[in-house]
Amino acid sequence: MLSTYTYPRYAYRRPANLDQPGTVARHPVVVIGAGPVGLAAAIDLAQLGLNVVLLDDDDTVSVGSRGLCYAKRALEVLDRLGCGQPVVDKGVTWNVGRTFFGEREVFNFNLLPEAGHERPGMVNLQQYYLEQYMVERAQQLPAIDLRWKHKVLAVTPQGDGATIDVETADGPYTLHADWLVVADGARSPVRRHLGLDIDGKVFQDRFLIADVVMKADFPAERWFWFDPPFHRNQSVLLHREADNVWRIDFQLGWDADPEEEKKPERVIPRIRAMLGESREFELEWVSVYTFQCRRMNSFRHGRVLFAGDAAHQVSPFGARGANSGLQDTDNLAWKLKLVIDGLAPEGLLDTYSSERVAAADENLLNSTRSTDFITPKSAVSKDFRNAVLSLAAEFPFARALVNSGRLSVPAHLRDSPLNTPDVDAFEGVMHPGAPAADAPVLRDGAPGWLLRHAGNAFQLLLFVDAPESLSAATRTALAALADAPIPVHTLLISATAGAAPAGTTLLVDAQGLAARRFDARVGTAYLLRPDQHVAARWRALDAAAVRTAVARATCNA
Amino acid sequence: MDHLHTQPRFGTPGETYLHAFTPGDDFYQSLIDTHRDLSDEQSRLLNARLILLLANHVGDLRVLKEALAAARAGVAPATT
Repeated sequence: MLSTYTYPRYAYRRPANLDQPGTVARHPVVVIGAGPVGLAAAIDLAQLGLNVVLLDDDDTVSVGSRGLCYAKRALEVLDRLGCGQPVVDKGVTWNVGRTFFGEREVFNFNLLPEAGHERPGMVNLQQYYLEQYMVERAQQLPAIDLRWKHKVLAVTPQGDGATIDVETADGPYTLHADWLVVADGARSPVRRHLGLDIDGKVFQDRFLIADVVMKADFPAERWFWFDPPFHRNQSVLLHREADNVWRIDFQLGWDADPEEEKKPERVIPRIRAMLGESREFELEWVSVYTFQCRRMNSFRHGRVLFAGDAAHQVSPFGARGANSGLQDTDNLAWKLKLVIDGLAPEGLLDTYSSERVAAADENLLNSTRSTDFITPKSAVSKDFRNAVLSLAAEFPFARALVNSGRLSVPAHLRDSPLNTPDVDAFEGVMHPGAPAADAPVLRDGAPGWLLRHAGNAFQLLLFVDAPESLSAATRTALAALADAPIPVHTLLISATAGAAPAGTTLLVDAQGLAARRFDARVGTAYLLRPDQHVAARWRALDAAAVRTAVARATCNA
Repeated sequence: MDHLHTQPRFGTPGETYLHAFTPGDDFYQSLIDTHRDLSDEQSRLLNARLILLLANHVGDLRVLKEALAAARAGVAPATT
């Protein structure tokens, strides 16, 4: 179907359960849906030491390019899952977006105006590549039992988990999950089957996606047009993808006939009008879509946990769909591991819902505002939109109001009950709840990145001037923190090199950027959660306060 | 003398914002929401009332004349 990509076919295997009729195999965790979010859940849980069954009704990756833009935070999550690098290597890195009104550029933005971060603001990559790389990562983990062509027919929640009826080519079988993660996409058959509500609104507009293959020397930037001469009164978005594929999004209006608009004889003239008669291109994939902005009231229903599009959907303006889904499982996996291990009460999973509901609301708010700006629904709304655009080239205040998409940034979870409120004064944005900032560091003299050393466990970032300066009492306190039921490992962030005290990891902040971004002085300590979010921070280390903050961050207080 | 401010200034005093675009987007949404369910004619009246309220708030005629000129400069009169 595509000229640039060959779909992998993953092998269906006859389930062993069919040979043991009358028995229902029990599994600690089952994940439904091997899209990016389900794969991320399975990889994360397997890395934490849990056996995971991952069910998918298909045997290949996403059909069509679909989710395209992967933001810095999602790349950092993928790094932690061991599959960020191929995404960045294959993808198209970009930081700059330009907005045009008619023929004139009125506004541009840079997603990452400062250096000293491993990952860029955004990478564009067709969803099928992302899924392929995630499948390849999952296949490296023996704890993941990935079952292709296993279609879920029914889910029956029970007090101790859920039973799942599955259909295969060889017949149906039933399995039991102590915990079930549902990541089966926007239409979520499981959510519907369970009769769970998802509330929001449908936007009355249609958009055409055309992926075209062409040789073009346009820069790797996001270009957005309001009312361009080649597509009057509507918007157009141009993005570069991997393999010389370009994504063009045309706003069509609500009255457009989706079947008619997909026909090449309709699509090709639109593209010619945009690119000019002389540009050679090949149409690779076309889709007409509408979208909804909505979320479930709760992402947790007993032992059934919803993630990604199954739990919440936003308009595509802002790349807040897949990016937020990857942050869902980033938030969920470590909590589920602690609960399964008996180290935290089930109530910790309520904070999965509350934290990610807050993030979903932020995504819904921003993507809804973008949609209202891009597709104004009344004459006065359009008047204000065009007035902003006409003022934007000349007046900075109007440029700040131009909204062609507020691109995905991670939620800071400032109101989370898991945060320990500050008792000391800090500047900057690394407040409790914030995702930790990256910074260049040296490890054993080799250059690396702070976030590559962060995550998967609770960690203490302890800022020092030299590793040798730690007192014997501090060393003893750090060793005790590492030896607790929920261990806290110490990353010493030191201004100078030296020998790391036993049990700690020494990272040299040679450029001082870690200290600057965390507003740290000698003695400053940050407690990071396994998902790299800040749980607490102090100007001086107090081991008892750290233990109390860990208890609070795990609902053990 | 005071001149017309053209840098972004939206915000609630005392509040800090994680993203620079947030207070402007807050205002813009309030503006559009204020017009909800009005006819085009009612919206024109609302806009005129709003301009008069804000103009009186500004008060300084020198600033208002700069604003009037800036607004007019971007709107070409129809050629006859």
